[in-house]
Amino acid sequence: MSKLTFSIGGVHPRDCKPAKDKAIEQLPLPETMYVSMAQHLGAPAKPIVAVGDKVKTGQLIAESAGFISAMVHSPASGTVKAISPMPDIAGRMVPHIIIDVEGDEWVEGVDTGEDIVSEIPEDSLMMLERIKACGVVGLGGATFPTHIKLNPAPGSPKAEALLINGSECEPFLTSDYRLMIERPKRIIIGAAIMQQILGGPKCSICIEDNKPEAVTSMRNALAQLGYPDMEVVQLKKKYPQGSEKQLIQAVMRREVGSGALPISVGAVVQNVTTAYAVYEAVQKNKPLISNIITVTGDCLPVEAHHNYEFRIGMPLSYIAEYAGGVPKAAAKIVSGGPMMGKAIANLDAASVKGSSSLLYFKYETTKRLVEQACIRCGHCSDACPMGLEPFLLNRLYKAGDRLDELEKHAVQDCIECGCCLYSCPAGIPLLDNIRIAKQQVMSAMRARAAAAKASAEAKAASETKAEAKKQ
Amino acid sequence: MTSAVIWTIVILAGLGLVLALLLYLFAQKFKVSEDSRIEEIEGVLPGANCGGCGYAGCHDFAASLLEAPDLSAHYCPVGGDAVMEQVAAILGYEPVKKVPKIAVIRCNGTCEARPKINIYDGAQSCVVKAGLYAGDTACSYGCLGCGDCVEACLFGALSMDPITGLPLVDEEKCTACGACVKACPKGLIELRDKGPRGMRMFVACRNTDKGPVAKKACSNACIACAICFKTCQHDAIIFENNLATIDYSKCKLCRECEAVCPTGAIHGINFPKPLDKAGIKERIAKRK
Repeated sequence: MSKLTFSIGGVHPRDCKPAKDKAIEQLPLPETMYVSMAQHLGAPAKPIVAVGDKVKTGQLIAESAGFISAMVHSPASGTVKAISPMPDIAGRMVPHIIIDVEGDEWVEGVDTGEDIVSEIPEDSLMMLERIKACGVVGLGGATFPTHIKLNPAPGSPKAEALLINGSECEPFLTSDYRLMIERPKRIIIGAAIMQQILGGPKCSICIEDNKPEAVTSMRNALAQLGYPDMEVVQLKKKYPQGSEKQLIQAVMRREVGSGALPISVGAVVQNVTTAYAVYEAVQKNKPLISNIITVTGDCLPVEAHHNYEFRIGMPLSYIAEYAGGVPKAAAKIVSGGPMMGKAIANLDAASVKGSSSLLYFKYETTKRLVEQACIRCGHCSDACPMGLEPFLLNRLYKAGDRLDELEKHAVQDCIECGCCLYSCPAGIPLLDNIRIAKQQVMSAMRARAAAAKASAEAKAASETKAEAKKQ
Repeated sequence: MTSAVIWTIVILAGLGLVLALLLYLFAQKFKVSEDSRIEEIEGVLPGANCGGCGYAGCHDFAASLLEAPDLSAHYCPVGGDAVMEQVAAILGYEPVKKVPKIAVIRCNGTCEARPKINIYDGAQSCVVKAGLYAGDTACSYGCLGCGDCVEACLFGALSMDPITGLPLVDEEKCTACGACVKACPKGLIELRDKGPRGMRMFVACRNTDKGPVAKKACSNACIACAICFKTCQHDAIIFENNLATIDYSKCKLCRECEAVCPTGAIHGINFPKPLDKAGIKERIAKRK
């Protein structure tokens, strides 16, 4: 049987993971930690500590503020020095809780032992509650609160498959890979927990074929633990396989409709690191305060590549400094993978739950091509995994005020993977423009939905009024 | 040979005549009758189709005027009072006068005052840049310098100053249509009254960070010291959210705020005399 992959589009960036064989190292605590209140998708968390308060490692310091939001915990023990806005990696002001680190004294009730607990509790609700209380969010990049994803809205179809995403299709990133090599059992237990919460769908752990060691490691661990209805699937390497919709298409051969959630085709996708965090939360009651970060790039000597386990809230500059400082040749520092990641505008920013990499690139690698005219070669359309026509979307955006047509050509389905930009021989900033067009169309769609809802409500209200009058 | 030429001419001419007749009949049959005043009004309008009036173009504006009960909701910012008087004359309405407006740029973060801490190499568009990050400098409020406003201006009234890296408004050409206001993702461009003889005061900063943060990012920033607020005798300074803003309806153009501002964030322009800082400060001291 040929290996699975998604059927349309996709690109093949150079397979390059220099930090692959570097074991995960622990980072010592810095003197000061900066905990961002907006490190998940949705509403920023609301601080519940005051300046001067003593906090312990793992203590809840900010509550979720809204339905889509997540709890935030203290990454170390110490004193709250200040609660003030600080620039994040993009330079935007975000409220932070600043903690003067005094030690690493854990809050009570957390199991900090290394032993692996493979007994899964029976009570799904309790487990879901724990995942919520521990502030677990999707660590594949989007940082969507996990407890919401594991608890589909009433009326949605039953989950038929749980896909554990270990494809890590971006070049350079190795944090998921190292976790699969070094802590496979905990990932699998985490997956089994989510499987139970979702009511026992089939679980597939999806790994790309450029990581055979991870496949072996996960298969061995699975054989030892012996959970039923779980398998390790090997996928053919192609970017962006780690994207939710593409992964579902690759493994289940089902297509998620425009604007629909994966649950509409009976799928739930979770990253391997999320599974690991779920294990820590449910089995150890350990909140999400650490994650794995890869420090790598194409202008570093062999010994300077690292995989670190960092506490969420360490400044990125501290991590960079510990790893040996920013190399002189680095022209761009990227967080989150060379394809989809963002250039870091402010290295002093705090690390967040979703920080997965610190990549140093030299000028030659990151420089943009000089923009030339589109010759309609169609490479971007071939590369788009969503089947869109990036050149057309770009032209419509440039023409201005063509939101209707942009919507008709489904700009809102763009997953911002960057395949179009990667494949464009004319160096046209396709994704930059399409992203803005997508935002404009999405906000127009939201406004329309809100207006429709308001008018429906008004209609219903007037109808009830009329009925009341009749009576 | 000759007859062939003649026949060709005759047939073509006949065909032309028949088709012309058909065209004429159809044109009469499907004629769209339009109020002749629309054309008349369009004739006096500037014809820029800029959308500054809020309508899709000059024709749309003219058509909507016919349905309006008076001129209170209609104004062509490009043509100004002169054009509106002519329009009023055509329609027999009372002309409405408005104070002429102009665009001001509320950022003074010059390259010198606001050193770059990043180099941007993406698409040269402010909207794209603003979507990606806060900007090349430590100030997350200031001008991004890619010139979206310059591109949006149909009248050529805006240009980027290569030395300061900020847009410049050409007072002669600016028609206050508001296209640049919509184009700026940072909301730095404001339409305001032109002022008597063009004299006006404004705070050229939108930074709402606390003083030290703002000052560190840009030496020309409003640092929320509130000295202008305390000095102003006319209640013209609105001070909120770490930022001073001048209420130009109250401003008496005394230039005291400009003289006391420690960072030079407050600008007075088109004044006949240069600012006499010492003199004004003396005046304020005497008053106390």
